[in-house]
Amino acid sequence: MTARTMFEKIWNSHVVAEEEGEILLYVDRALIHEGSSHAFVALAKNNHKVARPQQVFAFTDHYVPTTGREKGIPGIAVAEIRDMVSNLQDNAARHGINIFGFDDPRQGILHIVPPEQGITQPGLLIAGADSHTSTHGAFGAIAFGMGASDMTHVMATQATWQRKPKTLRITANGQLGFGVSPKDIILAVIAKIGAAGGVGHAIEYAGSTFAAMSMEGRMTVCNMSIEAGARCGMIAPDETTFSYMQGRPFAPKKGAEWDAAMARWKALPSDAGATFDREVSLDAAEIEPMVTWGVNPEMAGAVGSNVPDPKNAPDERRRSDWTMALDYMGLTAGMALTDIKVDRVFIGSCTNSRIEDIRAAAEVARHGRAVIPAWVVPGSKTVKAQAEKEGLDRILLEAGFEWRDPGCSMCTAINGDQLQPGERSASTSNRNFRNRQGPGGRTHLVSPAMAAAAALKGHFTDVRDLIK
Amino acid sequence: MQPFTTLTAIAVPMHEANIDTNQLCPTRFNKVPRGPKYREILFYDSRFRPDGTQTEFMLNASPYDQSGVIVADRNFGCGSSRETAVYALYEFGIRCVIAPSFGDIFAANCAKNGLLALTLPEEECAAIRRQLQDKPGAKVSVDLAAQTVTDVAGKVHKFEIHEVRKRCLLEGLDDIARTQQYAERIAGFEKGYYKDRPWLGAAARQS
Repeated sequence: MTARTMFEKIWNSHVVAEEEGEILLYVDRALIHEGSSHAFVALAKNNHKVARPQQVFAFTDHYVPTTGREKGIPGIAVAEIRDMVSNLQDNAARHGINIFGFDDPRQGILHIVPPEQGITQPGLLIAGADSHTSTHGAFGAIAFGMGASDMTHVMATQATWQRKPKTLRITANGQLGFGVSPKDIILAVIAKIGAAGGVGHAIEYAGSTFAAMSMEGRMTVCNMSIEAGARCGMIAPDETTFSYMQGRPFAPKKGAEWDAAMARWKALPSDAGATFDREVSLDAAEIEPMVTWGVNPEMAGAVGSNVPDPKNAPDERRRSDWTMALDYMGLTAGMALTDIKVDRVFIGSCTNSRIEDIRAAAEVARHGRAVIPAWVVPGSKTVKAQAEKEGLDRILLEAGFEWRDPGCSMCTAINGDQLQPGERSASTSNRNFRNRQGPGGRTHLVSPAMAAAAALKGHFTDVRDLIK
Repeated sequence: MQPFTTLTAIAVPMHEANIDTNQLCPTRFNKVPRGPKYREILFYDSRFRPDGTQTEFMLNASPYDQSGVIVADRNFGCGSSRETAVYALYEFGIRCVIAPSFGDIFAANCAKNGLLALTLPEEECAAIRRQLQDKPGAKVSVDLAAQTVTDVAGKVHKFEIHEVRKRCLLEGLDDIARTQQYAERIAGFEKGYYKDRPWLGAAARQS
């Protein structure tokens, strides 16, 4: 038999039908959030029922406040935001959908909670009403985001029409250097292949660097596959994956179930000799802590480098894009990235709000005191409770950081947490688009350790100098 | 869904690459119910100052306030999966975006809403943008059945599109109705699928 990629194996096991090259794929789990309101309107308009409500999971994350939660939903000050949260809970109840609601002790971001609960598993096809659904590929699953119409279709039929993307393998070997994190490697990948470098492709991250990562680190990497334009990103399941899965509420139970699952999961990784449409490789040892300086994630450099000069851009298009980016970001060509002063710090988002991210931030926070407002927003109540059990909240609070309640918060800036015009953030989120964190806001993407370091210094600084 | 067949309309050139869906529809407007309000929301943060007054952004003034086509650079519609970006284009009157490449999710969202996201090579997009730059308010024509774009100079550009996507757009098909014809196939698929994966059992159950 011909050698197959992990992507092909999972894809093939979900094919229900084909029409002229369009494939009807079975969906194992659908993930939705408050913003899926448009899909519920479309369902109601056409009298569609939710086909498999037990396979749909709803999360209150985008619109929930990150303070004052003890007052419950009625305590949300802005009526339109309050309605978004309560409408999701009403729609979930109406259709019998699993809901991780406002007061649920498991509440959190739709890309943080499903792995914690064992809803995300190797070999599954997961469709999410959010582009960062690519996160779940860290378990060896095909997971991708979609718009409201496609999500309406999934909820009505538990299937989706897709065309098969090409495959791209990104291989990194070697150990990441001291102070270098999974966030830095994915920023380095995007800087290398470009924000459109993965368009039309499913990425598999392979090699010893990714194999050595924890599930948390792998999720950070896969999460930002979409920032390279890829349809999805995935990493082969291995012992790290299997031991993470054990004992999670939705995971297979020990015994015959677990054994059956393991037999399937172990067969998922790409066969030796499987071919990919494209290959890219990186040397992990060369990667340094990264800072973005522009208005999309490919505009990034190592912390020791300078803001590039558009005069030196490789082509006319980038010359004009860089000029526009520096103008928006209020930066001068040639200035050192470490000379950029930061107004506030955001540590959170589906990219970097897991327990390891909080640990990394706390580790840096021990070395000083925040000189600018610095928020830490855990990705879920589960992460929050774990961090508090480890005393990380105390370390952060004592260092002057704010310890908030879980949600998307200032990544998507839709719940009221946002930058003021002209304000500059060091942010562990995934998008440095113009106005993303609030109109006129300026976003620099960094790792949790680099964000915490910026909080202590008030400007970007090489975290390796701080914690050495 | 409104079918897309042919279109002749004012085309606006946008030279920047990687125009993301946050720009097309800023996040804070995602909660707005679908409708005419989205006309104003398109590129809101580029079109309006914080005090609500209009900027010089090209879509604010004649002739581009009447645009039906955007000719862009690569990776148009990258980023968030928000379909509100497409609602905003649609309500503004944009029925077609021409670019060298698109964000995958955005392109799928366009097709579900009667908007044609069509791909031409980078040089051809750049050439059409230059024509439009020289002749503001000029029109281009798109014929989906023939898979052609006729530019300002009358030159015809052939484009590729997937057969199924083309048919759905031409006929304005609702794909849920199409898929419901597969309901038995899906149920049959599930039988075999769950037999092999007992731990997934009757859908997603919690221990």
